Amino acid sequence: MVKIHERKFVSADPDKCVGCQVCEYICSWTKEKSFNPLKSRIRVVRLNPLVNVSITCRLCEDPPCVAACPRDALTQSEETGIIMVDEDKCNGCGWCIEACDYGAIMLHPDRKVVFSCDLCKEKGEPQCVKWCPEEALDLVTADVLAQKARFTVTKKLFQEALKETTK
Amino acid sequence: MLHGYAGRILHIDLTTGKTHVEPLNEEYAKKYIGGIGLGMRLWLDQSKPGVEPLSPENPLILATGPISGTVWPTGGNGHAFVSKSPQSYGVGEAKSHGSFGTELKRAGYDAVIFKGKAEKPVYVWIDDDSVQLLDASHLMGKSPADTEDAIREELGDYYIRVAAIGPAGEKLVKIACIINDKTRAAGRTGLGAVMGSKNLKAIAVRGTRDITVAKPEEFLEYVKEFHERMKGPATQKYRTLGTPENVLVHNALHCMPTRNYNNATFEGAERVSGEVLNDRYVAKVIGCSSCAMRCEHVCVVAEGPYKGTMTRMEYEPLWALGPYCGIDRLDAIIKGMDLCNYYGMDSISAGVIVGFAMDCYEKGILTEKDTDGIDAKFGNHEALVKLLEKMGKREGIGDILAEGVKGAAEKIGNGAEKLALHIKGVEVTGYDLRCLKTAALGFAVSFRGADHNRHGAYAFDVKGKVNRLKAEKGRGKLVKDMEDMYTLIDSFIVCKFSRGTYYKELEDMTKLYNLVTGAEMTTQEMKMAGERINNLARVFNVREGLGRKDDSLPWKVMNQPITDEGPSKGAYVTQEELDLLLDDYYEARGWTREGVPTVAKLKELGMDDLIHIVEEKM
Ligand code: SF4
Ligand code: SF4
Ligand code: SF4
Repeated sequence: MVKIHERKFVSADPDKCVGCQVCEYICSWTKEKSFNPLKSRIRVVRLNPLVNVSITCRLCEDPPCVAACPRDALTQSEETGIIMVDEDKCNGCGWCIEACDYGAIMLHPDRKVVFSCDLCKEKGEPQCVKWCPEEALDLVTADVLAQKARFTVTKKLFQEALKETTK
Repeated sequence: MLHGYAGRILHIDLTTGKTHVEPLNEEYAKKYIGGIGLGMRLWLDQSKPGVEPLSPENPLILATGPISGTVWPTGGNGHAFVSKSPQSYGVGEAKSHGSFGTELKRAGYDAVIFKGKAEKPVYVWIDDDSVQLLDASHLMGKSPADTEDAIREELGDYYIRVAAIGPAGEKLVKIACIINDKTRAAGRTGLGAVMGSKNLKAIAVRGTRDITVAKPEEFLEYVKEFHERMKGPATQKYRTLGTPENVLVHNALHCMPTRNYNNATFEGAERVSGEVLNDRYVAKVIGCSSCAMRCEHVCVVAEGPYKGTMTRMEYEPLWALGPYCGIDRLDAIIKGMDLCNYYGMDSISAGVIVGFAMDCYEKGILTEKDTDGIDAKFGNHEALVKLLEKMGKREGIGDILAEGVKGAAEKIGNGAEKLALHIKGVEVTGYDLRCLKTAALGFAVSFRGADHNRHGAYAFDVKGKVNRLKAEKGRGKLVKDMEDMYTLIDSFIVCKFSRGTYYKELEDMTKLYNLVTGAEMTTQEMKMAGERINNLARVFNVREGLGRKDDSLPWKVMNQPITDEGPSKGAYVTQEELDLLLDDYYEARGWTREGVPTVAKLKELGMDDLIHIVEEKM
């Protein structure tokens, strides 16, 4: 069993991500041999020009998607934490989609079974991370992500304070 | 069929509501590539000579390129509109990037041809093979951005891509544009008015098909290489300061038209520079779909009367809404840009028109009574805002200004024509043509009227590769070669900001075309395609009655020398100089002295099917 600080997933830095969709294209290419965002396991969200970021599976602890599946089609790999889909069991009912807060598990438009990020296990490394032109994507563990957030926010606070004192 | 292309063209008759699909003619694809090339060719087939731009008989063509929908950096995302321009009565074409083009390609179309006119306002909903005309009465009066949101909400899919017109397009404002992804405009030549004349408020697209390429492994390697190139020096400007970097550059060279061409330099340049913009207003730099360089400088105004305004900013609108109107406040310029987006107007043209109105006002040709009480002095930012709003609504003085600078000047009369800075009815852009003589030629012959983006000839002048103050033989060839390259860029469609990353220009582009499509084109053939597309555009214009007389320069450029002390002082373009430049250019093109492509030239380019058009004009 892998410990939480060893289990890594793909996460985008919202300050760096420009919403260019290169990750979507590369993911769909890697997985489906076509350029088609609908077949990508990572999806870009653009709320407005300032707010955009790409999102994919967080490999949750106790994943709600797995719990929600009425047909036991989903399992989580003990080793890596990725969500594995048994395509014979999955009938595309969508309970897992509803359970996932990130929209990270999706229905395949052709095969009508769900799919989500598997960290490109056959390639050895996530292709989206490799291709993102902004280096906005990282393969991180939850605790490293938390550490980063702590440091970023502290830096911001510190900058504000600096500005105040040097006025 | 070639890879890359979707292989289908969609016809939509807005009058009858009927639609049908026809296969893409493979010969057209190879000869005219896509984008504006394919668009102009289809327009010629689908229209009658002398058609009125704002009549139902004027087809509006929407085209993608062979690499749209792939992950090609900056290239996967573009689309082009082509029609007859209500401003120039010649070629109307404008491109835009974002994510609309890629969606259209995935829906399975290389081009969409809109004909006729809907009885009531409609929007077209293209959902792969299903094409519907839906009621748009509730969207009327909405900005393109609000229209986009409303349509997504209504159709229940947040990933639907929309291109829409704003209130200006609905009201047939001659400089109306078509906006997608909220701030990206197919801006020039007034195609928003053409869309408005068809009662077509918006085009909504969802595409779910796969895009494949002929040689995927090599293609992806090439993509990777271009990702690297796009992090290099060729695109540094766009990634850092963006095009507003030009403000100080042009100002130092005294080639930045200011106060409607009364000056060539602006004392307030420091206050509206790209540097200050970046420092104070740019909140984030984002990118289009599939772009590996990003350039979209998103500005936010944090305080003051224009607080809360958010928009993208480039040099041209900044210049037009700023120095050209004598305005030295970035917050007001950003507000002006935002208003242009809101109403759906070409921000370059809008700024030039306001500058023109201000010039008329200061010279007493327009009085405060004419301007509905607006004190339209140069530098009055409140007047800028009010005039833009009036233009967008066609209200009061705005109704006259909405005719474009040429049309407005004709209506105003009293010498206003001399203050109207346009070529072929299309408003000038931010390069003082009096002291940039290669650019002056490029602008004069540009097939879509005054525009720097049809040739980039200013680069020779600004970078000092030629004596910019001198008109001499040889410039014709320079302009021709660059034009041929630019038409290719706009037919592929790749973003012009990435042009520097094609180190070996033609060779690199040919390789890209072949990897994607599987064609085996040679560099020579590709070069010829560029030339062919330029000749095609000329044939379009010749058929519609344009010729040498229209390859002209604005009155001020030829009659009012630059007065500012400095490197450009005294410069202007004489008739003799213009004639020399035109003769040289037509010769380089192999056209007649009247600027008509010859039969021999069209034969050489394999355009035999269009010979009858030029024969009629000989
Ligand atoms: S490729 Fe990188 S920058 Fe582009 S959308 Fe994906 S994560 Fe964001
Ligand atoms: S698909 Fe969603 S719920 Fe399931 S593990 Fe990934 S993020 Fe969690
Ligand atoms: S890691 Fe692989 S599967 Fe997961 S989103 Fe990235 S490219 Fe797709």
